Amino acid sequence: MTSVTIAPGSADVSAAPRITGSGRGRAWAYVARKAGLLLLTLWAAITLNFILPRLMPGSPADAALAKLAQNGPVSDATKAAIEAQLGVPTGNILEQYVAYLHQVVTLDFGVSYTFYPQSVSELVSTALPYTLVLVGVVTIIAFVLGTLLGVLAAWKRGTWLDTLPTLAGSFASAFPYFWTALLLLFFAGYVGRLFPTSGAYGPTATPAFTIGFLGDAIYHAALPALTILITSLGGWILGMRNTMISTIGDDYVTFAEANGLKPRTVALRYAARNAILPNLTSFGLALGGVVGGSILVERVFGYPGIGYLLFNAVTNQDYPLMQALFLMITVSVLIANFLVDILYGVLDPRTRR
Amino acid sequence: MSTQSIPPSTRAVRAIEEASIAPAPSPLKVVLRVASTVWSNGKARIGIVILGLFILVAIFAPLLAPYGARQNGFDRSADASAAHWLGTTAAGEDVLSQLIWGSQISIFVGLVAGLLSTVIAVLVGLSWGYVRGFGADVINFIVNLFLVIPGLPLMIVIAAYLSGGGIGMIIVVVVITGWAWGARVLRSQTQSLRSRDFVTAAVFSGERPFRIVFREILPNMTSLIVGNFFGAATAAILAEAGLEYLGLGDTTVVSWGTMLFWAQNSNALLTGQWALLFAPGLCIALLATSLTLINFGVDGISNPRLREGKQR
Repeated sequence: MTSVTIAPGSADVSAAPRITGSGRGRAWAYVARKAGLLLLTLWAAITLNFILPRLMPGSPADAALAKLAQNGPVSDATKAAIEAQLGVPTGNILEQYVAYLHQVVTLDFGVSYTFYPQSVSELVSTALPYTLVLVGVVTIIAFVLGTLLGVLAAWKRGTWLDTLPTLAGSFASAFPYFWTALLLLFFAGYVGRLFPTSGAYGPTATPAFTIGFLGDAIYHAALPALTILITSLGGWILGMRNTMISTIGDDYVTFAEANGLKPRTVALRYAARNAILPNLTSFGLALGGVVGGSILVERVFGYPGIGYLLFNAVTNQDYPLMQALFLMITVSVLIANFLVDILYGVLDPRTRR
Repeated sequence: MSTQSIPPSTRAVRAIEEASIAPAPSPLKVVLRVASTVWSNGKARIGIVILGLFILVAIFAPLLAPYGARQNGFDRSADASAAHWLGTTAAGEDVLSQLIWGSQISIFVGLVAGLLSTVIAVLVGLSWGYVRGFGADVINFIVNLFLVIPGLPLMIVIAAYLSGGGIGMIIVVVVITGWAWGARVLRSQTQSLRSRDFVTAAVFSGERPFRIVFREILPNMTSLIVGNFFGAATAAILAEAGLEYLGLGDTTVVSWGTMLFWAQNSNALLTGQWALLFAPGLCIALLATSLTLINFGVDGISNPRLREGKQR
């Protein structure tokens, strides 16, 4: 990702028709427009998921059926489900598409053959909470912390408060996720024996909403979380620093300074408040990167989330599971982006016009 | 805080105008000016030196590496010694030699994938910035789709279908998922340039749109394009390492990513071979950092406010 900033919301705003009326009506029109865009994007992502296996050389469906047959006879219903998902060379493509859409809407993705006889939906719903909590919590912490450090770096430009976070940040964000993870695992897990080396909870614990289990789960999530934090923090520092430097040069900041306002007030309430907006747009995009990175992190720590499941699906060529996971990841990121867009509209009234 | 004689905004605007509205200079001059601006930035200078070192190592790998990349038969999982500075792998290969040979793959993938993504980004971004109406909306939708779909999962899925495709497959996958960001950045710059006087003049003098976009507008975006190349190359190097670490590339090729794949699969963590874990990742991180650092200097070309030494 380059550190070039795009004017906030430039793409969407200019194309949108000007809606006159009350502020409230305008706000709803904004939400409606974004929701319409979300639906269109969801449809496109779901369709991409349909097209991908059909574009590939060979027949993923045949490979999947052959694998499934190793577990015993394949029922007609399972066969139909797999063909709808992965394609049959001879079938009517339109009928397959309708069947596939039906699958997606009913969340029925067939049976996994790596974890036979568990259904894909069961596997996904077991793994999802772990990733959702891990990635969600860490991303929010990284965003808040990185933004604050970025503000500080830009405000104290040229001092060690600028140089240190900027250099450390750009170095750390060039770390491959899995390498940071391997190092932490090696030093804090194997050598230091400070943290568990794999899993999401201890061998004796059973998942439940008790203080004991939550403590155990946090203890197991510490290293994966730290990895994601280290690798994603730098991007926020740099992004915020760069937009903040541009904002500091603006006339209204000079004016606020000339008025004799306290430096902290000028930095936080004048400059940072405006600089944070373009940064927020990249929040949604960066989320995709963090989700991708978490796949590698989960692989290293054997953390039973979506990423580890995807890794297992890919190494075993479990196409039905893989397709469902890809769809799940994409839809989650799209919805997160939609929520950020709405938040953006709340924070910056100009985008609502 | 010092008082300044020229308001910063005026100075910046003037600098931007000087940088972008000057009549198209000769390509050599552009390259020289870009190079000297980048070099004048301290961070970028460090980046250029690191990158240069890696390129030299990759070129002279046959001379530098003590053993062949896949030459085995040494002690298995040995610790560092005079004969094997970084120890040996579980298959009895020399780690240092693998590290040196592996640099070729990362640099090659970074260069080629970065270049291809940039070419696509330029073609899409510039035409998209110039066309208006329904066509622009359609491209907008497609680019945004590629931007929001998480890259690595998409890469993993495509790579899984094309299993065993090797380096070529990895480059294709990285380019498919990596061009959209650049296209978007270049498009917004094209949009702002197309309303400038020199473009209007070119339109009135009857030039064809293709020539206006690629001969009039393109040279004014050199810095953005260069920056985009380094950004894309960084992403490509990290993505390639990630895919190979997951075992999705050709695992018989010796690269930094496959070294870590084999290290994890042969339980290098348990046998305590820290060099085997540490070295390839550090090289990936250093190479990626060097490109990021160079981009600090490149950013300074397009945005004078980010240049070093000239403070508010």
